Amino acid sequence: MLSVALRRIASAVPVLLLVSLITFGMMRLIPGDPAAAIAGLSATPQQVAQIRADLGLDEPFLVQLGRWYGGMLQGDLGRSILMGKGVAAVTMERLPVTLALSAYALVLTLVIGLLAGIVAALRQNTVIDQFAMMFAMIGISVPSFFLGLLMIIVFAVRLGWLPTGGYIPLTEDPWGWFVTSTMPAISLALLQAGLLARITRSTMLEVLRQDYIRTARAKGLPARQVVFKHALTNALIPITTVVGIIISLLLSGAVVTEALFSIPGIGGLLTQAVLNRDYPMVQGGLLLVTAFLVLVNIGIDMLYAFLDPRVRYE
Amino acid sequence: MSETGALPLEAIQSEAEPEPKRVHPFWMTLRRLFRHRLFVTGLILFGIIAFMAAAAPWITDINPNRLSMRNKFLPPGGDFVLGTDNFGRSLWSRVVWGARLSVIIGVSVVALNAVFGTLIGALAGYFRRLDNVLMRINDALMAFPAILLAIGVTAMLGPSTANVIIALGIVYVPRTARIVRASVIVLREMEYVQAAVAAGAGHWRILRRHILPNAMAPMIVQLSFLFAYAVLSEATLSFLGLGAVPPTPTWGNIMAEGRDFMRDAPWIIAIPGVTLMITVLGLNMLGDGLRDVLDPRLRIQQ
Amino acid sequence: MSLLEIQGLTTAFRTERGEINAVEDISFNLDQGEILGIVGESGSGKSVTALTVMGLLPQPPARIRSGSIRFAGQELTTLSDRQMQKIRGPGIAMIFQEPMTSLNPVFPIGEQIMETIRAHERLSPRALRDRAVQLLEKVGIPSPTRRLDDYPHQLSGGQRQRVMIAIALACNPKLLIADEPTTALDVTIQAQILDLLLDLRDEFGMAIMIITHNMGVVAETADRVMVMYAGRVVEQAPVETVFDQPLHPYTRGLLDCVPSLSADRPRLVAIPGNLPEPARRPSGCRFRPRCNLAIPACAQVVPPLDDHAPAHSAACIRVPELAAR
Repeated sequence: MLSVALRRIASAVPVLLLVSLITFGMMRLIPGDPAAAIAGLSATPQQVAQIRADLGLDEPFLVQLGRWYGGMLQGDLGRSILMGKGVAAVTMERLPVTLALSAYALVLTLVIGLLAGIVAALRQNTVIDQFAMMFAMIGISVPSFFLGLLMIIVFAVRLGWLPTGGYIPLTEDPWGWFVTSTMPAISLALLQAGLLARITRSTMLEVLRQDYIRTARAKGLPARQVVFKHALTNALIPITTVVGIIISLLLSGAVVTEALFSIPGIGGLLTQAVLNRDYPMVQGGLLLVTAFLVLVNIGIDMLYAFLDPRVRYE
Repeated sequence: MSETGALPLEAIQSEAEPEPKRVHPFWMTLRRLFRHRLFVTGLILFGIIAFMAAAAPWITDINPNRLSMRNKFLPPGGDFVLGTDNFGRSLWSRVVWGARLSVIIGVSVVALNAVFGTLIGALAGYFRRLDNVLMRINDALMAFPAILLAIGVTAMLGPSTANVIIALGIVYVPRTARIVRASVIVLREMEYVQAAVAAGAGHWRILRRHILPNAMAPMIVQLSFLFAYAVLSEATLSFLGLGAVPPTPTWGNIMAEGRDFMRDAPWIIAIPGVTLMITVLGLNMLGDGLRDVLDPRLRIQQ
Repeated sequence: MSLLEIQGLTTAFRTERGEINAVEDISFNLDQGEILGIVGESGSGKSVTALTVMGLLPQPPARIRSGSIRFAGQELTTLSDRQMQKIRGPGIAMIFQEPMTSLNPVFPIGEQIMETIRAHERLSPRALRDRAVQLLEKVGIPSPTRRLDDYPHQLSGGQRQRVMIAIALACNPKLLIADEPTTALDVTIQAQILDLLLDLRDEFGMAIMIITHNMGVVAETADRVMVMYAGRVVEQAPVETVFDQPLHPYTRGLLDCVPSLSADRPRLVAIPGNLPEPARRPSGCRFRPRCNLAIPACAQVVPPLDDHAPAHSAACIRVPELAAR
């Protein structure tokens, strides 16, 4: 188990180094002079020069690169132009909001996706199966922002059941948070739930065809035990990997959902940064979110090893 | 699996496959595709959108950007089939021209992936030396959340149709390359490929003649799903204001503008939204059908 | 009364082109303590027969069209799945061809043995563990107490098959069905496993139905042999008779394929052609297209399984005529 962890962490290091190199390189994608682009059309040459100096763009490439990595090691990812604060600090401030929303959506995803997938597999080729898979197909085809808009129109504007927006932090008022986060979480979860239902179904079907399931039945075990002990335990192994992808999709989706429901998380922060050409913020935020994901995936690989004795005892 | 496998039925069914005459495999596959209900439904749905995109100049008589303040907020039905938006622009025209843009972007992203995804995947899968380097870069690019990376890249490049295509290319090519690489690695070890190596065939020839044609199936399946992701991502980006600059009619733009009027004119959001959904649904069904028919390993399951 | 009595059993599968009989009109008996070898090529219906008896075929698409299976006097074809659960284990147990994949990879082998007992008997955890250790010892796993917590991937193929046998023995079954139990194993291990099965039969007096395509395995273990072809029984006889005086041309062909020293899997090269696909079986005798003795009359009727000597039956219309020569 420990060796699995060490190996996994070791393999994450080059990925993280490359990820940060790519984010560093992104600034070079800006056509022309980044400083001028940030300053805007009405800026004086002095202002542009000031920005260039602030960002260190007037220094040689290698020095900039060295600074980038040096700063990264000290947790310094540059300064947000818009907020006037350190990128890392601003991101960390907003990250819990996004994580809470994503966690809520993840719970919805897991409950709906696993349940629908398992039931569909057990009732393969029945009406229940077809209904579940139709739901899943629509789930993966409806853009989350469209679903969010529809829900706002129906539940907030027409029916008045839920507020249109107005985020309430979890720490202030848990119930208020729950009420204001429900629509965003549902619109965020639907795509992933559809994806998970489809994968769970096919994985379960695959597992149910395995020889050891036949053995379990040949022993005279009750059907419930065959499905939930023998089949599900095995199906969860590949599904664990998918959860990593789902968390990545959730964080992606949160950007849009937060913009739509005016939730002050990372998503809203990055969208604002992008629209206001706050490039250091975009760079740093992207890097932090991705680094977080890499860590999550290490955790998931550990869980995978825990679930699968073949990996655990390697 | 042998006769003693869990389901002897499989053996029976595959043996019972009818082969009345020797038909070229291509036509066999095509026939199976057209018997696949999901595939056909998907083809029809996407076909409608593709037709709208192709015939845009001929099926719309009003310029999608023509303002007409006299006609603003007209609901669907009446003089304007699908109604008008806050500037009195015809939503039919805007949605049809939006379809054209979506399809152009989808096709471009698919083409980029077909070329670069195949190239990178084949090189990494075939040449072990390159594998390490290429896949490390791939891993790093895939570590980013997809939409976030696309947002980051378009933010830097600036909002435009071409930049959206580039951004989605950067996001999805590594994923396609991974899939191609996986098939190439399997095929490389196949006996007939080893025989070709032993017979002294060159690398390039082996890749082109023996490996890539057989790696096509999973790739085609991937590309049809990719088309759906590309259309979806483009709509998301332009909804956030990062796609083609307004007033260019894209589905995301129309919906973003309709947001402020959703209380009184919900159709401005609903019409492009439903069109987008139909497109993605059609492509996903198409992909499912292709996967069922082209990927024999998964076909057994149904 | 025999332990297992099968009469006119027909099992069919629903396919895109209608129902196809995987096994057709099969009848045989199996006595207590007897070993019956069922022989045939892949696709001949051996395994379907076994799985039908176990009630392990997925229904649908499989369906028992007609016939009866009586086990220890009880009719199995009309039992519900819940009732069948009580038979599987203490009544009939089964081991499979693939020891590598027949054990669940995520549970220790001890647990996989103990859950079998738990499903049928009430025992204290302590007693369960002791029983599992005894079983492992019985099937020849060295230092069984330590191996109880091992996972299947930590065992060799032969050891896994031994564990499978331990699971099958867990509830003292009256009948053990062994479906190609040695096919996936090395030759030396094969002999050990077959010896183990024979020992266990002597010790517990259970009946064994051993399914194989290998005539060598039959010769070593079986008391009686049933040969299947394309879903039907073509010959049934005591083991010596089959080897000394085979009646059906197919059986003769099979015997010609047995390699002198069973080095590896015998390929059925001596018989030209392949088993017909179930959907396109020939009229009359199904072996006709591959048979060098076929005459036009063979296409007219499906040959019945007639007795030609005491306890010796064969399904070939030319048997009396050829015997006279």
